[in-house]
Amino acid sequence: MLVHYLPLIIMIAIGAIFGLTNIIMAEILGPKRSTRAKLSTYESGMEPVKSARERFTVKFYLVAMMFILFDIEVVFMYPWAVQFKSLGMYGFTAMILFMVLLFSGYLYVVKKGALKWD
Amino acid sequence: MEWTKLLIWVAKGAILVNAMLVSAAYMVLAERKIAAWMQNRVGPNRVGPWGLFQSFADVIKLNLKEDIVPAAAHYQFHALAPIIAIGVAITLYAVIPFGDYVIIGGHTIQLGMAPNMNIALLVILAMTSVAVYGITLAGWSSNSKYSLLGGLRSAAQMISYELSMGLSVVGVLMLSSSLNLSTIIRSQADLQWNLFYQPIGFLLFFISSLAELNRAPFDLPEAEPELVGGYHTEYTGMKFGTLYLAEYANILSASALMTALFLGGWDVPFLPKLLGLQPGSIELALLQVGSFLTKSFALVFVVIWVRWSLPRFRYDQLMTLGWKILLPIAMANIALTGIGILLFKH
Repeated sequence: MLVHYLPLIIMIAIGAIFGLTNIIMAEILGPKRSTRAKLSTYESGMEPVKSARERFTVKFYLVAMMFILFDIEVVFMYPWAVQFKSLGMYGFTAMILFMVLLFSGYLYVVKKGALKWD
Repeated sequence: MEWTKLLIWVAKGAILVNAMLVSAAYMVLAERKIAAWMQNRVGPNRVGPWGLFQSFADVIKLNLKEDIVPAAAHYQFHALAPIIAIGVAITLYAVIPFGDYVIIGGHTIQLGMAPNMNIALLVILAMTSVAVYGITLAGWSSNSKYSLLGGLRSAAQMISYELSMGLSVVGVLMLSSSLNLSTIIRSQADLQWNLFYQPIGFLLFFISSLAELNRAPFDLPEAEPELVGGYHTEYTGMKFGTLYLAEYANILSASALMTALFLGGWDVPFLPKLLGLQPGSIELALLQVGSFLTKSFALVFVVIWVRWSLPRFRYDQLMTLGWKILLPIAMANIALTGIGILLFKH
């Protein structure tokens, strides 16, 4: 059974090896004449001010959280969609009910302004 | 027997990766040429006739460039990010069927790495999620403000549009009752393309793919006027080249996926029956692969065309489009498809 997924594993290996070769080539080939200015972080020609890893807006965090919520619903719909024709009317009404629930949650999120960017 | 099978897989993988690299090289050239034509310029024309070897010259140049990693950057993660990006991009090619099968000397050879994988679409969904890691890691590890902002924007944008992308495929799944890309293509034989049954789905998928690929008009992660180069600001030489290559590899795989899902994949309407081609013959296989690649590259052209025609969105517009317009339309599309199937296909 697992042998069906072997091509995928081979492809992941090929991809990783290819990427690794590229990076190693980048390290080996090419001159190495580093200066302090060259190794400083790019900031439009200015001296870098503080570290970049500061706090950032919480909206990104909200989007990530919402993504997890909705992505689970998307994955949940896949098996249903594949079986849709054999489930018939029963499956359809069940999913419409589920989608209405999901959509009301979505409307709540929108009304709360969680997706507002300004 | 097992060893020949393994050998065939590795050979197919190697061929696939090489074909992808050459295509990516020419896509870069095509992009520059098309951009030049649209802006009344000449474009690259020095390396070889019509600049045909430009990309290969670029690869040699990138390889010989100095590799500069900022002192403040996290060295290991900085190097790991391009590997993830290209690894994911290459892995996606494993599940794409470029044609049906061909019989050579009694061996049935599938045209594709694993075209009959029963979880193909789930693999694609999973891999596009992993692709976010490469870009976020590139942005974070560089420890540059531009990179971090680019990486953050990119991550937020990619996960937002992944929802509408995932939902737009559901309609196709309902029509063909399978996650297997080969089965989906077979269900579209003889011009029964999903494009005609799922026009909204196709449009949603196309728009979401543009956003997933960080292409204009959704190229905010690398918006030059604000963020210099976005997440690859601090990359030089072949490390930058690898990130760049991954982008083009993703454009091609997204186009191939759209072809398989909506444009009938390798389907050539009526011609094989007219010419009397046998399934499994080399002629038919060539015709199928040719048709698949023609459709894919036509879509690649549209993607390039869009980039040089439309201005960039503002970030709030991008988020509004993804969450408040595309997502509800995608859900409505599923309900509509359900009603349609219940009414007509019984």
